[in-house]
Amino acid sequence: MEFRKGTFCYSALARNLNYLGLPNAREWQPFDQDWKLPPDWKRIVLDGMKERLEKYRSFRLFMDICVRCGACADKCHFYLGSGDPKNMPVLRAELMRSVYRRYFTAAGRILGSLAGARDLTEDVIKEWFYYFYQCTECRRCSVFCPYGIDTAEITMIGRELLNLIGCNINWVLEPAANCFRTGNHLGVQPHGFKDSVDFAVDELAELTGVRVEASINRKGAEVLFIVPSADYFGTPHYYTFLGYLALLHEIGLDYTFSAYASEGGNFGLFNSHEMIKRLNAKVYAEAKRLGVKWILGGECGHMWRVLHQYMDTMNGPADFLEKPVSPVTGTRFENARSTKMVHICEFTADLIHEGKLKLDPSRNDRWRVTFHDSCNPARAVGLLEEPRYILRSVCNHFYEMPENTIREQTFCCGSGSGLGTDENFEMRMRGGLPRANAVRYVRERHGVNLLACICAIDKATLPPLLEYWVPGVEVAGVHELLGNALILRGQKERTTDLRGEPLEVTRPSGSPEAAHA
Amino acid sequence: MNKALGSLAAVAAIALLGALLGAPAAIWIAYTGFAALLIGLSWRVVRWSLAPVPFRIPTVCGQEKSLPWIRASWLESPPNAAAAAARMAIEVLTFRSLFRGTRSRLEQGPRLIYREAKWLWLAALTFHWSLLVILVRHLRLFVEPAPKLAVALDRLDGFFQVSAPVFYWTDAVVLVALLYLLQRRFRDPQVRYISLFTDYFALFLLLAIAISGIWMRYVARTDAVAVKQFAIGLTTLAPVVPKSVGAWFYAHLALVSTLAGYLPFSKLVHMGGVFLSPTRNLANNNRSKRHVNPWNYPVKVHTYEEWEDEFRDKMEAAGLPVEKR
Repeated sequence: MEFRKGTFCYSALARNLNYLGLPNAREWQPFDQDWKLPPDWKRIVLDGMKERLEKYRSFRLFMDICVRCGACADKCHFYLGSGDPKNMPVLRAELMRSVYRRYFTAAGRILGSLAGARDLTEDVIKEWFYYFYQCTECRRCSVFCPYGIDTAEITMIGRELLNLIGCNINWVLEPAANCFRTGNHLGVQPHGFKDSVDFAVDELAELTGVRVEASINRKGAEVLFIVPSADYFGTPHYYTFLGYLALLHEIGLDYTFSAYASEGGNFGLFNSHEMIKRLNAKVYAEAKRLGVKWILGGECGHMWRVLHQYMDTMNGPADFLEKPVSPVTGTRFENARSTKMVHICEFTADLIHEGKLKLDPSRNDRWRVTFHDSCNPARAVGLLEEPRYILRSVCNHFYEMPENTIREQTFCCGSGSGLGTDENFEMRMRGGLPRANAVRYVRERHGVNLLACICAIDKATLPPLLEYWVPGVEVAGVHELLGNALILRGQKERTTDLRGEPLEVTRPSGSPEAAHA
Repeated sequence: MNKALGSLAAVAAIALLGALLGAPAAIWIAYTGFAALLIGLSWRVVRWSLAPVPFRIPTVCGQEKSLPWIRASWLESPPNAAAAAARMAIEVLTFRSLFRGTRSRLEQGPRLIYREAKWLWLAALTFHWSLLVILVRHLRLFVEPAPKLAVALDRLDGFFQVSAPVFYWTDAVVLVALLYLLQRRFRDPQVRYISLFTDYFALFLLLAIAISGIWMRYVARTDAVAVKQFAIGLTTLAPVVPKSVGAWFYAHLALVSTLAGYLPFSKLVHMGGVFLSPTRNLANNNRSKRHVNPWNYPVKVHTYEEWEDEFRDKMEAAGLPVEKR
């Protein structure tokens, strides 16, 4: 295995493993010859495999039924961008399947390589590490597979096995450790969280003339609002955060943030099922402690995979909460009646549809917008129309990317599942090529200059990707554009958008991109 | 190429062995093959069923059922078990997912171009349906009187009424589809790279079965009455050694028995497995109906109390509410 700089992530620091109580904390790097595996590493991995084959039907089935038809081969953004055959989803899974056959099937034990089996060696572990941390668990391949084989499932279990012998990456484990301790990935402590929120409130007052209230850890609020931590600490996420504050103030929602549950994202998803549960537990615990009725969740991708597909099973039932009802429109969110957690796009789309918001879409006229479906809201939740409905209501220029690059066939940003780190830059740019390629298409055709999305990782990693492949396209959250368009009661005359940049009410004719379209 | 040649040789050896060994051995080969199929496949399915489905993880391919005025895609994002069953039916009967097929090409720029690619879908679909028709047709050899379905299919399949004996169009379709799938394994660089010995073996085995069957019917003109006597003998567990059925029949039988015995221990179990696939057979109703994980166990969490203990002073200084003072 060659670990070429720019194509892999650095190992997790020992202190993060220790904080989380994970095994084999040590100093090492993937490019080291000696990975300092525990002496009985092979037994640990094989026992771990056996255990998971018995616990996950998905794992056993996906090990057994692939026919190598190749339908998935060119559906992976990492394969398209790198050309590395082992990035074809089928081969990524074969890295694991070959070991499964050797130790867990009769044919593989007897016929060996003839049956596609191989021994588990340290080189195999290195290969697993390289390729299971070169999969963003976006599940696009699973859409095309005739049996629905989900590479994310295999990658997740592959990472769990690697985790058993201490082969993990810092960009996953540090956020996880931070989140466990402080409540959010960035390690922002409660007073820091309050500072950020206060700062945003001040900034919004400056931009709009309206001073909103944003409470933290307030008992008895109707709704607990949980967002990814990047929303109050990163750019351009921050403008989306301003959009949330403006919206929730305008409709007078009785809500509170929590400093303990100050993160909706869950890097446990990129580490192990157990870690998902450990980090997610605080959501219901805090909702219970604060005595809220239901929970509202912000714009985030993998956060919604966890909230939608794992939270209720792992940490539910949430029988201490009430079925979510919008206090403004009276709409009952039947689709969230068990988890009691509503996506902000569902919530806002309902508000707009019921005519509860005054909007001036011309405030977004300097943007020609396209929408990037984030992998998990699309392929785990099916949240396709709500964000589009909001966008069409808040901006005048909206263009779709080609059909096979959006909705359930959307391409990943190339940096999801904890791979969005700078040492992995080359692989991120390669993996993001298919997405950027589709953006370039609408840029050339329609002069698109803004990509809207509902994922915190997208907002962090798409700006450098687009700067590299399609310069001139910026990235924004859906609720940033909503915040721009939203007419607030008592607002001063709005001269800037939430970025503090001047509003251009009419677009200068003959923008260079539009002219060529 | 070695993998392909090796598997071709293996298939040829099986056919030859079957033909040479002839009658008494054929009985044992058939019983062994079908016993292995029954026991092996049940064992596989039971094994899968015993493994729990801890999480509800459908791959959602359409709009969720959410607000009443948003049109939900009930087939691609099934809101309940019945819709999930319909989704599975469409998958199994029409190969919905394969139908999504596209093909990408990287051009200078770099620029990615995609085009529709439905040949794999077409070949796979026609192969599987033809195989099913052929299988059902064969029932008339095993049951007396022949089941109505088998007779009806037989008529339909022989619709063209050309040549004597009547030409079955499924014979042609299955051959063409298999040959397409085989050449794809050779010629498509991606598929060639991922192909294992067993992938070629399965294709050659099926091809050999089809060819030997076709040969018996149209060229060797094997005595169908004798074959039927033998087949009924086998199914009633009173096999009689047939006369005048010829080497092609024994080759055919050995190949089919091999396929049956090999199926549960190979990728060909996808036939049973597809129904159990959790990304396809579950509803996307995660937030409206709780899914229970039978092995859900308590984990170490960082409780609010522990959290407040660490940050209480800072929280008080910042004016945040605390539980304990």
